[in-house]
Amino acid sequence: MRIGVVTFPGSLDDVDAQRAAMLAGAEAVALWHGDGDLRAVDAVVLPGGFSYGDYLRCGAIARFAPVMESIIAAAQGGLPVLGICNGFQVLCESHLLPGALVRNDHQKFVCCDQLLRVENTSTLWTSGYSPAEVVTLVIKNGEGGYVADEPTLERLEGEGRVVVRYVDGNPNGSLHDIAGICNERGNVVGLMPHPEHAVDPLTGPTADGLGFFTSVLKAVAA
Amino acid sequence: MARVVVDVMLRPEILDPQGKAVSQALQRLGFDGVTDVRQGKRFQITIVGELTDERLADLRRAAETLLSNPVIESYDVQAAE
Repeated sequence: MRIGVVTFPGSLDDVDAQRAAMLAGAEAVALWHGDGDLRAVDAVVLPGGFSYGDYLRCGAIARFAPVMESIIAAAQGGLPVLGICNGFQVLCESHLLPGALVRNDHQKFVCCDQLLRVENTSTLWTSGYSPAEVVTLVIKNGEGGYVADEPTLERLEGEGRVVVRYVDGNPNGSLHDIAGICNERGNVVGLMPHPEHAVDPLTGPTADGLGFFTSVLKAVAA
Repeated sequence: MARVVVDVMLRPEILDPQGKAVSQALQRLGFDGVTDVRQGKRFQITIVGELTDERLADLRRAAETLLSNPVIESYDVQAAE
């Protein structure tokens, strides 16, 4: 199975995401922002970082990169896509996921280990977790506050599309303590915390993040 | 050549931590009477030729597609003097 990881100008966590894919047992495939060829990958990760310097708005310019045209079309056709941090912002700007990410309410960049509850274990990226499992991942962002209008929040909650929720404190002012959501079909997931930084106890707080990558591996193989 | 100005502001219901920080700094510096600051973006766009209704409509589309995110922001497009 091939997991593609996109590199935009300013991406930071693309290599970590590739490593996480490999540790999960997949072949990591580098995808380039300026090339619309998805190289026959079975899933795509949009990594963290500051694509295009976060100019204009986080993810706003990345949304129009040639690779995104292919990814948006493929995601609408069911391709598993995971957006982490800046990748989540790109997915919201692309309208693959509803809502937006705004500056943290406390005005500071946050960088810490964060407890999360996995609220939806039926997505392609979270099927390997137990319902309501509490995991520790790293969070690091300046603009990670999830906002959406009330009807959208109601729909997300009602349809079980909140995938992960902050537990034991909200690090950025996200509405409903939302850390990550999915689309209706459950193939597109975006979250602010970084599962790719928690795949090996040697370099991260836990290996709790590996489940995102092993889940999609199993889902695609099935 | 014609110029068009696009102003983009966060919607009123969206918290603006940057504006809040600026407001607090103004108060600290003794600028009395400031109760609130909202920070936005201004784009000055230069185009070739006359500004027709069609070009203006085009730029409104640009404001909605790229310059603003309608989920969190509103925009205003005006012909500049």
